Amino acid sequence: MMQIKVLGPGCKNCKTLEKVVMDAVAELKVDANVEKVEDMGKIVEAGVLMTPGLIINGKLKSTGKVPKMDAVKKMIQEEM
Amino acid sequence: MTLMAILQSGINELLEYLSAHVLTCLVPAFFIAGGIAAVVSTGAVLKYFGPRAPKHMSYGVASVSGAILAVCSCTVLPLFAGIHKKGAGLGPAVTFLFSGPAINILAITLTARKMGWELGLARAIGAVTFSIVIGLLMAFIFRKEEAAGNDDGGMFEGEEGKPIGHLLAFFGTLVAILLFGTAAIPFWSKLAIIFALLSFLAVVLTQWYDGEEVKEWLVETWKFVKLIFPILLVGVFVAGVLKIIIPQHWIEVSVGGNSLSANLLASVFGSLMYFSTLTEVPIVKAFLDMGMGKGPALALLLAGPSLSLPNMLVVRSVMGTKRTLVYVLLVVMLSTATGMLFGSIVS
Repeated sequence: MMQIKVLGPGCKNCKTLEKVVMDAVAELKVDANVEKVEDMGKIVEAGVLMTPGLIINGKLKSTGKVPKMDAVKKMIQEEM
Repeated sequence: MTLMAILQSGINELLEYLSAHVLTCLVPAFFIAGGIAAVVSTGAVLKYFGPRAPKHMSYGVASVSGAILAVCSCTVLPLFAGIHKKGAGLGPAVTFLFSGPAINILAITLTARKMGWELGLARAIGAVTFSIVIGLLMAFIFRKEEAAGNDDGGMFEGEEGKPIGHLLAFFGTLVAILLFGTAAIPFWSKLAIIFALLSFLAVVLTQWYDGEEVKEWLVETWKFVKLIFPILLVGVFVAGVLKIIIPQHWIEVSVGGNSLSANLLASVFGSLMYFSTLTEVPIVKAFLDMGMGKGPALALLLAGPSLSLPNMLVVRSVMGTKRTLVYVLLVVMLSTATGMLFGSIVS
């Protein structure tokens, strides 16, 4: 099962990314576990300096912005 | 005092701010903020915060980072944690933490506009200098407890940004538009100069920037307007309400003049109180109108934006209670001192 992590301390951008990711997962009908990481220590440990961060199956795919739906879908497909 | 009178005071304050006088400085400032968000690559700045970066560069870039990086405090915090734990260390991280909210192009512009260029300039210089001094002091005080890590796992690699010349042309023109737009020169000269600057800007954009970047610039500018303008209006209204609710002589007695206690009180109040982006300006202006001294006003402007009770709690979770307390103490002491210095210079 694909492990997707959305990292961010809880502001609007991070919540938006979480929603985009959930929508992308639903549209692609991928079997994925989407986890929201809000703990600052864990966010830094994961190597994310600028939130929101997106990690798929352990690979850092995006930081610092909310990628559009198409970009998120592409990132998911790259890791399938 | 009736409800009507209170509402009236709030509305009057709003009308004061929705004037050409204020808008001619805010509109270009929003475009500048949008430009920074769209065009300045954060990645290009990151490499100055890495563990191997020369310290003077880390402090230098961190002290103006507020102008370069995010407005959202929740983006400041992960970066702060990252710089502290894996990057250049406690000193530059604290410098970054303080300067982030303190040096904000919109806030400085509005401060200068509504409270005089001296206060605007003092705020800008104060914030930059402060942030470096506080960072250095923190690094010194805790020097034995900070172990230097050199493995950053490539987090601070950064990326190539646009050539500095292109960035300077773009931002230089925008800043020139801001300055000329708000200068006290005859209307038609102003119009002609702005027109010339806009034409120059069009040339710069077509030559060195592509369509995507220009669109991104406009999108980011609009995002800022949507995010900040409503909160600013609320802050203005609240400031108007405060003006009529708080007895004037309370303000005069507690923070009038330039005494140590006035500056200290303003400083402590600023450090605890939460100010949303830009709202510190109408509130401090209201206090000034009611008799607050210029020194205490600066103290409030320096301690206010970067600190608040909620913010202190989060910072504590990153650097621990001891360091957080020392940080807060340093901010309060330095704001008080700077306020007193400024107050004595301008009287």
